[in-house]
Amino acid sequence: MITLTMNGLPVTVEEGSTLLEAARFFGFPIPTLCHLEGLTPYGACRLCLVEVGRGDKAKLVTACTYPAADGLVVRTGSSRVIRARKMILELLLASCPQSKVIQDLAAAYEVRQQRFRQEYEDCILCGLCVRMCEEQMRAKAIGFRGRGERRSVGTPFDAPSPACRLCGGCMYVCPACQLRCTYHEPEKAICGSCANLSPPCLEKREFDDLMCFMAPCVACEIRKG
Amino acid sequence: MSSEDVSRIVEEHAGKPGGLIGILQEIQARYGYLPPDALGAVAEGIGRSLTDVYGVATFFRSFSLKPRGKHLCSVCLGTACHVRGGAVIAEEFGRALNVAPGETTGDRDFTLETVNCLGACALGPIVVVDGHYFSNVSPVRVKEILEKARNGLDNVEVTTDQRIFPVEVSCPRCNHSLMDPARLVDGQPSISVTVVFAGEHFRLHLSCLYGSYNVESEREIPRDALADFFCPHCHAHLTGGSNCLECGAPMVPMIVRGGGIVQICSRRGCRGHLLDLSGGMQ
Ligand code: SF4
Ligand code: SF4
Ligand code: FES
Ligand code: FES
Repeated sequence: MITLTMNGLPVTVEEGSTLLEAARFFGFPIPTLCHLEGLTPYGACRLCLVEVGRGDKAKLVTACTYPAADGLVVRTGSSRVIRARKMILELLLASCPQSKVIQDLAAAYEVRQQRFRQEYEDCILCGLCVRMCEEQMRAKAIGFRGRGERRSVGTPFDAPSPACRLCGGCMYVCPACQLRCTYHEPEKAICGSCANLSPPCLEKREFDDLMCFMAPCVACEIRKG
Repeated sequence: MSSEDVSRIVEEHAGKPGGLIGILQEIQARYGYLPPDALGAVAEGIGRSLTDVYGVATFFRSFSLKPRGKHLCSVCLGTACHVRGGAVIAEEFGRALNVAPGETTGDRDFTLETVNCLGACALGPIVVVDGHYFSNVSPVRVKEILEKARNGLDNVEVTTDQRIFPVEVSCPRCNHSLMDPARLVDGQPSISVTVVFAGEHFRLHLSCLYGSYNVESEREIPRDALADFFCPHCHAHLTGGSNCLECGAPMVPMIVRGGGIVQICSRRGCRGHLLDLSGGMQ
């Protein structure tokens, strides 16, 4: 067992736990986006930042990947943490404002505006779908391709993958796939999912003007098949 | 592409660490690009998913999934070359070849690409065509460079050509300079090493001009024979770098002054060489 201090409280957790697991167990809320129980931690979204250490030495680390260690001093809601989280939420809103998941997270932190150039990304590269496909579906049909600005998620050669089980798991976990709910007006940052009970991509014949992150789209494949 | 070729390459790399990149490099060296079928065959051969192999193949700039032209023309857009007008050079090449960076001309003659720093910043803007470095390139020289490439850079007269720059090298073990100012080759101090061939020791003087293959040897080494290279100062065995991409013989690594490593093929007459200036730049 490991003993550490969390928000001033001495807590004991099992060896091998991450700070996120420890915090959740003791009821300290930490927002996450790229973390999902059952998938390996990935540390892509940086939303789960917490502060570890004391005074000048204190640093921000991602709770979902940081292992709990004896004597660690952790703060999950210090002003520095909150400031960093708000900034990350602004950046997430700047890249993918249509995502219901991101909107909800931003709302919870009272982030109502962002100060950066507005983009409408189809994918925030959180890696949830890639891990879902590999670790839970054991298919490895999709993966990361390219790097830097050109990094993207999809199948090799963008061709329908024989390895894909058409399970829809990737779309289920995708925070950016919620963007389908904006119908074909991406500039509408407000999600319309309550008004659209079924995904418009299944109703419309031409999907071209709908934003969908995957080519080929699994929904389309299911419909065709 | 023949699938036996690919499976042979995969087999040769079996069990070696970092195998995938080595395999892809070899396929790329053979075909000039990575054919889609080859990626599938590699995935099958090494028992990884095509998704993984494709991810690696698209991650590295040195791999290409599209067939490349006969000549590869890389214009440096690294910071140093950029401020010296690399972008204008790239544009000029694009105009002259009528392609955008990353594309290949319709006649499959040239592939144009832009790269980020080739490690020779002080000589920028740098353009590399078929492994030959051109330094201080200005837009007016673009046409001339392309013309030279068409004629075959290896045949261009060495001494009258400004594309070549001298390198100063030292022994990778004792770091003693291998330059011999008393013995000139191509009018420059030569690189002097000891070689052992057919049981005999003698001195070999190589041209220090990068791109020149002139050699002066105390004894004759027949073409295509392999010689063993030693440092004349610490007698360290120099042969044994990577294998030559052209002929597969072991290469001879030497430290370049200012950082980096140059490797030359140990086979007489083979022009295989690798210049990696990036690793050692401080
Ligand atoms: S639908 Fe295909 S790509 Fe998506 S998780 Fe399932 S197997 Fe993987
Ligand atoms: S497609 Fe969705 S789940 Fe996959 S990496 Fe992009 S945002 Fe994440
Ligand atoms: S949840 Fe920890 S980095 Fe995304
Ligand atoms: S920036 Fe061009 S060689 Fe370094």
